[in-house]
Amino acid sequence: MATTAEHFQAHAEEHHHDHKPGFFARWFMSTNHKDIGTMYLIFAIFAGIIGGAVSGVMRAELAAPGIQYLQYISPWVGDDPSNFNATLHLWNVLITAHGLIMVFFMVMPAIIGGFGNWFVPIMIGAPDMAFPRMNNISFWLTVAGFCSLMFSAFVPGGTGMGAGTGWTVYAPLSTTGSPGPAVDFGIFALHLSGAGSIMGAINFITTIFNMRAPGMTMHKMPLFVWSVLVTAFLLLLSLPVLAAAITMLLTDRNFGTTFFDPSGGGDPILYQHLFWFFGHPEVYIMILPGFGIISQIISTFSKKPVFGYLGMAYAMVAIGVVGFIVWAHHMYATGLSVNTKMYFTAATMVIAVPTGIKIFSWIATMWGGSIEFKSPMVWAIGFIFLFTVGGVTGVVLANGGVDDVLHDTYYVVAHFHYVLSLGAVTALFAGFYYWFPKMSGKMHSEFLANLHFAVFFVGVNMIFFPMHFLGLQGMPRRYPDYAEAYTYWNHIATIGYMIMASSLVIWFVNIIYAFTAGKQAEDNYWGEGATTLEWTLSSPPPFHQFETLPVIEEAAHH
Amino acid sequence: MTSGKHARALGNSLKALGLSLASFLTIAAVPAIAQDAAAGSYTPMKPTEGVGMPVPEGIGLQDQYSKIGEYGAWIHNDVLLPIITIITLLVLVLLIVVMVRFNRRANPVASKTSHNTVIEVIWTLVPVLILIGIAVPSIDLIAKQYKPAPKGALTIKVTGNQWFWTYGYPDNGDFEVVSNMLNVPGQPTINNGVREVGSEPWDGPSHLEVDNRMVVPAGEPIRLQVTAADVIHSFAVPSLWFKLDAVPGRINEKVLMIEKPGVYYGQCSELCGAKHGYMPIAVEALPRDKYDAWVLTHAGGVIDGQKAAGTDTDYLPGEQPAGAAPAADASAAAAEAE
Repeated sequence: MATTAEHFQAHAEEHHHDHKPGFFARWFMSTNHKDIGTMYLIFAIFAGIIGGAVSGVMRAELAAPGIQYLQYISPWVGDDPSNFNATLHLWNVLITAHGLIMVFFMVMPAIIGGFGNWFVPIMIGAPDMAFPRMNNISFWLTVAGFCSLMFSAFVPGGTGMGAGTGWTVYAPLSTTGSPGPAVDFGIFALHLSGAGSIMGAINFITTIFNMRAPGMTMHKMPLFVWSVLVTAFLLLLSLPVLAAAITMLLTDRNFGTTFFDPSGGGDPILYQHLFWFFGHPEVYIMILPGFGIISQIISTFSKKPVFGYLGMAYAMVAIGVVGFIVWAHHMYATGLSVNTKMYFTAATMVIAVPTGIKIFSWIATMWGGSIEFKSPMVWAIGFIFLFTVGGVTGVVLANGGVDDVLHDTYYVVAHFHYVLSLGAVTALFAGFYYWFPKMSGKMHSEFLANLHFAVFFVGVNMIFFPMHFLGLQGMPRRYPDYAEAYTYWNHIATIGYMIMASSLVIWFVNIIYAFTAGKQAEDNYWGEGATTLEWTLSSPPPFHQFETLPVIEEAAHH
Repeated sequence: MTSGKHARALGNSLKALGLSLASFLTIAAVPAIAQDAAAGSYTPMKPTEGVGMPVPEGIGLQDQYSKIGEYGAWIHNDVLLPIITIITLLVLVLLIVVMVRFNRRANPVASKTSHNTVIEVIWTLVPVLILIGIAVPSIDLIAKQYKPAPKGALTIKVTGNQWFWTYGYPDNGDFEVVSNMLNVPGQPTINNGVREVGSEPWDGPSHLEVDNRMVVPAGEPIRLQVTAADVIHSFAVPSLWFKLDAVPGRINEKVLMIEKPGVYYGQCSELCGAKHGYMPIAVEALPRDKYDAWVLTHAGGVIDGQKAAGTDTDYLPGEQPAGAAPAADASAAAAEAE
C-alpha cells in the first residue's frame, strides 16, 4: 500500500498546485472530482462507441426487408448461424444492449458523472465533492456494471446468447421467457450501475447543500448546478424503485417467487408500474443536466444573464416533481382503467408547460443579446430546435386515445430519440465544446466543431424524422424485418446513420487536433459572457482549486 | 352432452364421407349446393391495395375503418398535427429572428434585461390554454374507446402465443383458429408446414399475411377479449385504431367495430421474444351472412345468438339452424368450401 501512503502525502503537500499522485494512485484510487469526471467522460465515449456500433448493425439490418446481416454477426457471441431463432434473438440482444448502454453507460456517465463531477464543485466554489472516495466507487461500480452487461451477451439467454428483453426487461419475457444466465447478468449490471448512481446522487446533493462558497446562495447557483441538484433527487428517489423491481425479477427467475407470475398470484403489470415509476424520471435524469448546460451556453454567448432565472430553476423542479406522477403513460395499451388513462393523459400534458417555459426563456435570453456563434452556441441553438420537435411529439403521445395507434411504433422511437439522441446528446456535444478547452487546456478547432454540428444535424434528422412517418404508418418498434411498404423511409434512415457516423469521425479528428496542434487555452477563452467560477481558474484548473474559498459578491449574477 | 359429442363425431365422419362424395360424384352438383351459403362456405377475401395496410412511402396515419379510428385520426390530423407544426415553426422563426437581429454585428451591446413578468405569465398561460383545448377531445376519445360492448355482442377471444395468434369464438361453438404468418420467399422458414406468401391469389403483403385470418362480422360491435399464453404480446391493428396488450393472467376487453368488409393487417406490438416480428394479425371483416357461412365451415361452428333458439341437442356441423337441410347435403357443401 505504498502507493496509498504516497497518495495521502501528496494531499498533505498540496500547497503547491499540480502536485499530482503517481499514475496508479491518481487514476485507480482517485478522489479528485476532476480526474473522476475525466474518467467518466472517457468511459462514456468508449461505451458510446459500442452502443453506437450496435445501432449501426441495427440500421444496416433495417436498410431493406429480410434478414441480411444478423446471421453473420451471431457467431461472434457464440450463436449457431443456421439457427434462425438464435439469429432473431440476436436482434433483441442488440436493441437491449443499445438501449441500456446509451442510457446507463453513455448519457448518464457523461452528463452527470462527467460534466457534473467536473463543474458542479467548481461552479459553487467548492474544492471537491463532499465524499471524494464515494465518488471514486461510484465510477468503478459503473464500469463493473458495464462489464457485466457486456458479459451477458456471451452467455445463453433463451432462444440465443444474450439478454433479449429490451431495456425495459418486462416480465414474463425476462423471467420464464428467458432461461439462462444472460438476463441475470443484465440485472446485475443494472444493480451495480444503479448503486453507483445512487451514491453519486447522494454525493451531489450533499455537495450542493453544504459546500457552496460564502455568498453562493441557492438562488445564485448557476442553472447547471440547479439541474444537477434536481437530477440527483430524481436519481435518489427513483433508482431504489428500479432496484426493487429488478431484484424481484431476480428472485422470480431464480428462487421461485411469483411477484410477476400470475400462476402464483403475481402480476406482470406490477413490474411495468415499478419499472416506469423509475423509467419516467429516468428520462428527465438524462435531459435535465442538458437543460443546465444549454442555459450556461446560451447566457455566455448572448452575453446576457439567463432570462427568468428563478422561473428556469423552478421549471426544472416542477419537471422533476411532475415527472414522478406520469409514469403510466408508457402503459396506455396494457388495459388501464378509463379514469387512470384520463388522469395520466392530463398529468402528462402538464409537463409541456414548464418545458415550454424553458424553451421560451432560452429564446428570451438570446433576445436583445449580442450573440457570438461559437461552436457551443451553434450546438445549443440546434438543441433548442431539435428538443422542440421531440417535445411536441411528446404532446401527441401524451394523449392516451391517440397512443392506441402510436404506442410501440417507430413514432415513439422518433420521439425519444429527438429528445435524447438529438436532445441530450446534442447538449453533451455543446457542453463538450464549451468546456473541452477548460478541461484539457487545449483549444479545439472551431471550424471542425461547426462542421461536426452541420453533418451531425443533417444525419440525425435523416435518421429520425422519417421514423415519424414509419410510426404513423404503423411500423412496430423492435422489429428486425418489415413489410415492403416500410422500405423507403427505413432506407433513408440508414443513409442518415452513415452521415451521422461520419460526423463523429470529424469529432475524433478535432480531439486529436486539439491535443496535437491545439493552442493553449486561456483562463476565460469565451470572453465577457462567461461569468461562472470555472472561468476564474486556469485551463486546465489546478489539481486542487479554491484552497482559499472564493467569495461571491452581492451583485454577481448567475 | 355425451350424445352431443356423438353427434359431432357422426358429423365429422359424414363430412369425410361428403368429401369423398364430392370428389367422386358429378361436379355439376357442387355449384348447386354452393348456392346454399348458410350451409358454410368461405373463400378468403382478396385485400384491397392500400386498405388496412401500410402504403409505400406513406407519411401519415393509415386510413381508418372504424368510427373510433376516424375520430382519433381527426384528433391527430386536424387538431394535434397543426398545433405542433405551428409551435415548432414558431420556435424556428423566433430562433431565426434572434440569430439575425441579435448577433454580435447587428447588436454589439447586449441588453441586461433578465425579467419580464408579463411575458413570463403569457408563455405559461397560453400553453395551458392550448393544452386544455387538446385535452377536451382527447379525454372524450378515451371515454368513447372505453364504451362497453352492448349486451349480446359477439365475443371473440384473442390469445397471443410465442409466436402466433389464436382466435377463439365462444359464441360460435367455441372453435379456435390458429393463425401463423406465411413464410417469406427467399427467407429462412418462419413457420414449418405453412405455405409461402403469394402462393394463393388472395394473399396480402409479405410479413403481414397469415394462413388463417381472424374473421369477424363487419358493421357490428364485437367484444374482443385479449390475453396471452406465455409472455406479453400486443394485439394491434393500425387501420382500426386498435391496440391492446395481451397479458398472461389477465383478460383485457375492448370493443372492435369495423365499418365495412375488408382485410385489415396489424402486427404484434410488444416485444415477445425471437420471432416477435413474425406474428402478424390479419382481420378479415365480412358481411354477417358471409361471416355465418365462414363459421359453419368449422367443426362445431354454430351461428351466434341462435343457440338458445335451437333444440337441446348440438347442431351437426354444417347443419342449418332450422334443421331443414339433409345432413349429407350440408356436409358436401362444407367439403366443397374446403
